[in-house]
Amino acid sequence: MTAHSIGATNAPVVRAVPSVWRRLWDANAGGYLFLLPWFIGFLGLTIGPMISSLYLSFTNFDLLTPARWVGLDNYTRIFTADPKFAQSMRVTLFFVLFSVPLKLAFALCIALLLNRGMRGLPVYRAIFYLPSLLGASVAIAVLWRQLFAGDGVVNDLLAVFGIEGPSWISNPRYSLWTLIILAIWQFGSPMIIFLAGLRQIPQDMYEAASLDGASKWRMFWKITLPLLTPVVFFNAIIQTIEGFKSFTPAFIISGGNGSPINSTLFYTLYLYQEAFAFFRMGYASALAWILLAIVAVFTAFSFLTSRYWVHYEQ
Amino acid sequence: MSSDVHTLTVVTSSSPAARLRKRLFSVFAHVVLVGASIVMLYPLLWMLSASFRPENEIFTSSSIWPSSISWDAYVSGWNGLKVHFSTFFLNSFIISGLSIVGNLITCSLAAFAFARLEFWGRPFWFAMMLGTLMLPYQVTLIPQYVLFHQLGWINTFLPLVVPKFLAADAFFIFLMVQFFRGLPKELDEAAMMDGCSPWRIYWKVLLPLSMPVLVTAAIFTFIWTWDDFFGPLIYLSDMRTYTVQLGLRTFVDSTAESNWGGLFAMSILTLVPVFLFFLFFQRLLIEGIATTGMKR
Repeated sequence: MTAHSIGATNAPVVRAVPSVWRRLWDANAGGYLFLLPWFIGFLGLTIGPMISSLYLSFTNFDLLTPARWVGLDNYTRIFTADPKFAQSMRVTLFFVLFSVPLKLAFALCIALLLNRGMRGLPVYRAIFYLPSLLGASVAIAVLWRQLFAGDGVVNDLLAVFGIEGPSWISNPRYSLWTLIILAIWQFGSPMIIFLAGLRQIPQDMYEAASLDGASKWRMFWKITLPLLTPVVFFNAIIQTIEGFKSFTPAFIISGGNGSPINSTLFYTLYLYQEAFAFFRMGYASALAWILLAIVAVFTAFSFLTSRYWVHYEQ
Repeated sequence: MSSDVHTLTVVTSSSPAARLRKRLFSVFAHVVLVGASIVMLYPLLWMLSASFRPENEIFTSSSIWPSSISWDAYVSGWNGLKVHFSTFFLNSFIISGLSIVGNLITCSLAAFAFARLEFWGRPFWFAMMLGTLMLPYQVTLIPQYVLFHQLGWINTFLPLVVPKFLAADAFFIFLMVQFFRGLPKELDEAAMMDGCSPWRIYWKVLLPLSMPVLVTAAIFTFIWTWDDFFGPLIYLSDMRTYTVQLGLRTFVDSTAESNWGGLFAMSILTLVPVFLFFLFFQRLLIEGIATTGMKR
């Protein structure tokens, strides 16, 4: 830190030109000071743990004894000799594949209806939004467990029509569908994003189109949907990631173990079991990194294909 | 709000037949929407009504009108576990309250830096911050657990609260950056001319103008922390430290078969705070989602 001042001999005020370090400090210190808490968190809670869990994924680690390096053993076992991994992958993909498109379809249909200047829009919007605000809680999972139980409300209602329903949550053929229905029930937040997107579409486009004699149907396919694709894209990404991360409902409804016969064994649930029920933390770390890889590949794939179907304004 | 849609239709189709069609469509749309609303609300109303029924009536009818109102379930549920629900509620409020404080302070600091300050590497760190939004939490979960375990923080609120003081909820940084960027830059330039430090600009100029986004962030922090199940599940095993969500889960496992009424009553109570926020701040929540495209 040499403050070498270039003396301006004649000037009445002698100014010191600050050193390189001083200037670097002045230009950057403010920003980094404001970022400091985030920075500590980013290094200590994100980057550090990521590196550490990547390392742990190549070890056997039970929290009590030191981690033991096993090379690729965890990964080989996951991909070749772990039926529960395959099952949890199937369950999760099935869940995402059905819940996300159905949820978005509902959200879009209701948003389109509401966007036609319906009276009572704020009331409807509030009613449809409420479930997605409450849905993440244990209470709703408890409710769902009851609704779809053998003597639950759904079967009571079906009995009115003379249908004798099974116990939906304890039948492996239907148990996953009760969770998909729970996800669809929470279509409120994508609906609100769709509504906001629909508002952005300039009305004069419809006016021009209707002067040209275009039908409502045609306007939907040629104006509304193309201009809405960025919102569809956004919603699809967010909901898919959410779908992969979903944990609480499956945990509560299945009693914590993905029952009946692993039909609701979500990937997150399996990972939780491995890490915190069996304390196979190395193995669970490997599972986590595989999940990261899947989410990353999915996201990259979506972004790469997006330019073929997502319409961006210049 | 929707008047332009109407004028459009008037311009293009003013014949009586077209008007009738529009009327019919409107009736049809309301029928669909009311039907959907009933389906959406029925489960919630059913649980509400079940919580007020005498135990022996809960499963005898799927109607949502209880024949008589009874508070028994609330009493038996509240005291249904070894540790009472008052403890769980208190714990949940403490954790949520601290989380709000942490998120508001540290996320707004980081957001101010990203939105308003020039410094070397800003675009890079911003991209990193956005990257953490997409990161599945499982990837950092186990080392974080090991870390908190070694620090002796298991069975304390620290693993749930300290990350909020380190701006770990990147989503709120993003939300606030978006909001700050919408505020006119002339404000801080003028303040800078007057010799204000960045700190004073942040504290005296931007924050007072940012109440809407701060309130939105506070409410979402509350709701997400309140509803969080996974964090408490792995970090809290002593019943006296349980949150309401863990309390409910324990209720399901231990006494549910004999005390459905109590379970439903407690379920309703855990939903009440979230519902109140929804009732009073609905507009802010909906705007928050609409402008940033929020999850959930």
